[in-house]
Amino acid sequence: MKITRKDFLRLSGLSVLAAGAVRTFEAAKAAGQSAIRPLRGSGGAPRKQLAMAIDLRKCRQRPGCDLCMKACRDAHNVPVIADPRHEVKWIWNAPFAEVFPLEQSAYTERNYTGSPLPVLCNHCDEPACVRVCPTGATWKRSEDGIVMMDWHRCIGCKYCMVACPYEARSFNFVDPRPYIEHINSDFPTRSMGVVEKCNFCAERLAAGKQPACVEACPANAIAFGDSSDPNSPVCLALSASFSLRRKPELGTGPNVHSIV
Amino acid sequence: MRDRVWIYSGLAVFVAVLTCPFWYALARAHAASRPPQLVLPANQTQCVAPVSFMRASHMQMLLDWREDVVRRDDHRFVAYDGKIYQKSLTRTCLGCHSKQQFCDRCHAYTGVSGPYCWDCHNDPRHLAAGVTPEAQSMRAGGFDRTQSMLSHFPKLTTSSPTSRQPEQTAAGRTP
Amino acid sequence: MFEKALAGGRRYWLWVGFLLAVSFLGLFDWVREQQIGLGVTALTRDVPWGLYIGQFVFFVGLGASALVVVLPYYLHNWKAFAKITLLGEILGMVSVFMAMLFIFVSMGRPMRLINVLWYPHPNSLIFWDINVLSGYVLLNAIVTTTILWSERQGIAPPRWTRFLVMLSLPWAVSIHTVTAFILCGLVARPYWLTPLMAPRFLASAFTSGAALLALLALLMRRLGVFDVGEEAIQKLRTIATYCLLTHVFFDLNEIFTVFYSRIPEHVAHIDYLFAGLDGNDLYAPWMQLSALFALAALAIFLIPALRNRSSLLPWACAFAFFSMLIEKGLGLMVGGFVPTAFGVTAAYAPNLSEWTVVAGIWAFGALLITVLYKIALAVRAEAES
Repeated sequence: MKITRKDFLRLSGLSVLAAGAVRTFEAAKAAGQSAIRPLRGSGGAPRKQLAMAIDLRKCRQRPGCDLCMKACRDAHNVPVIADPRHEVKWIWNAPFAEVFPLEQSAYTERNYTGSPLPVLCNHCDEPACVRVCPTGATWKRSEDGIVMMDWHRCIGCKYCMVACPYEARSFNFVDPRPYIEHINSDFPTRSMGVVEKCNFCAERLAAGKQPACVEACPANAIAFGDSSDPNSPVCLALSASFSLRRKPELGTGPNVHSIV
Repeated sequence: MRDRVWIYSGLAVFVAVLTCPFWYALARAHAASRPPQLVLPANQTQCVAPVSFMRASHMQMLLDWREDVVRRDDHRFVAYDGKIYQKSLTRTCLGCHSKQQFCDRCHAYTGVSGPYCWDCHNDPRHLAAGVTPEAQSMRAGGFDRTQSMLSHFPKLTTSSPTSRQPEQTAAGRTP
Repeated sequence: MFEKALAGGRRYWLWVGFLLAVSFLGLFDWVREQQIGLGVTALTRDVPWGLYIGQFVFFVGLGASALVVVLPYYLHNWKAFAKITLLGEILGMVSVFMAMLFIFVSMGRPMRLINVLWYPHPNSLIFWDINVLSGYVLLNAIVTTTILWSERQGIAPPRWTRFLVMLSLPWAVSIHTVTAFILCGLVARPYWLTPLMAPRFLASAFTSGAALLALLALLMRRLGVFDVGEEAIQKLRTIATYCLLTHVFFDLNEIFTVFYSRIPEHVAHIDYLFAGLDGNDLYAPWMQLSALFALAALAIFLIPALRNRSSLLPWACAFAFFSMLIEKGLGLMVGGFVPTAFGVTAAYAPNLSEWTVVAGIWAFGALLITVLYKIALAVRAEAES
């Protein structure tokens, strides 16, 4: 049998395609298996889910306080970019009317305008960002429910920013390094063109420490812990007071609570 | 087949042009056939793996560490001799090695400018010295071939891998 | 076959040179964007997808619209489309290729694109989109080259090409459906959160595709390059008419649901687009123009006195095409993001850098169309003589 040039090109093209398809199929199978996160752990106990409760009553005692945000910036090399179009935010202050638009009333406007209201990634039970990420650069960690990011893998498609109802994700529109006040050599900076967000201080938790914002708060306004453990600080704080979550009606299951 | 001579000479020129980077690199390496002057950590005689492995596969090991730390929350590395290290480029690798005088020199010498580790990861010594991470460029220094890094590598010892040591040049440390 | 693209007159080479120049301009501007960062575009934290992704959606639609000629010709044996079907397939293939380029330029880290296939996540619609888009380009490339090759040999195309053509019909629907699913499954964006998104996309896609093909056919006849036949053009007009009617009907359905229910966050987006919100009415004139264009095209398509004047046909096609281009290529994205989830009206207007890259991709697409049509028509002319 004689193989013409055309046949050869066709055959090699097809082989490359076939090899690629097999690789993709196998990886997809593996991804499908790892994407399933049972609600309950192996022993039937509820899954661990880290959560946070921010006591805004304590925040209101200290108008203009931004110590938690500063601690976060220093811990994670978060750049301070003046241009609001390109800002990078992990934990930041937002007006009450924007954070809880449906709760806005004349009373809240009168009493809460101008007081600090820290917001951050909600580390949702059903994170929309994780569902849409095409590469697995962001995923929900099965051990503790943190919505993690892998900046090595992010392709910068920004789909997660489009999908997140909380605007908790920031794209690096410019090289962030010149905008970092003090570079903490223990934590990487980010490169241009990737998306980033709060990681619940996974690196500090691994070292047995509390998140930087929790530790930095002089009023102990932020309670942090496992929401499946009734004796965790976050559960104790939440059982003592009524709290709000952002847009719970969307079904994302946010895990940051604000005690108003 | 009157055109045969043209076809073959054309092909030869094509192949020559296509491979000229290799010839150029080869010629340059021959002209300056001195391997880079690598500065090895003082008071440290052993890396997390044997030198032959590190030289051939450090990039794969870094990629594995990266996946383990970022995606599996697995920070413990058990070395071939049973010692425990933290999987960390900044703390473990740079805890001993100097980026400028170790990583950069060899990468410059071999012409591998690729890895973008430093777009994000920091060199603590560099930051301490007040130099921005961007402002570095390294060149391979002249050095005697017999003092290449191969001759300095390891006998097992048990000093702390993460302590940062002042550097000394490799010269005079030949076992 | 490619040598056919190298034989052309002065007019041809001037046109090719112009398109090449604009393509390179776009390429350089994209390289600049990648070096300095996407911060040089007008994209923001609140509007992370803009002109690029809007154009992507529009061109996927144009790609899917090859179906309007392929389906009648292969499934219903409409002989009127004998000459134009191949051109439609080429247009579809090039459009989808352009759509992929638009995704590429909007990425922050395009060199890592392979991660989508290397670490595939079928949860993500982008994974599916990249697969169906490249599959569609491949399918059409195989079909068109095989058909041309057979025509050149003077033999009937192999029978498997018919199978591939049949496969390409549902595939064309799938590419635009998946593209709609990228947007309409997001709880964060009420403007897109409608099951009518995919049908609406298909209706507007077939409108713009039929209109553009008719325009290209009229242009080629005017230039004396090629005549697809009057009947084909009239049939394209009919298709454009009904698709545009369907599209307008779908749009009105959306408007009814939104304004009768008056859910604030659904109303806000349409208000912003067509009337302006908080004094920001940048897009209002454009969206009104788009609506006006659609109505004007419908008037010419439907009113007998206007329908019978052939000089108005190119106008109607251009109106229909640009109406869809404005609505889908820009309004769709801006409307999805503004007002933001926080209720703030952020301003986004594509800047010169983005327009330059878009012009570059358009020029590259036009170049591919020019060259491929040239080859196809030359091979056909040779086979016939």
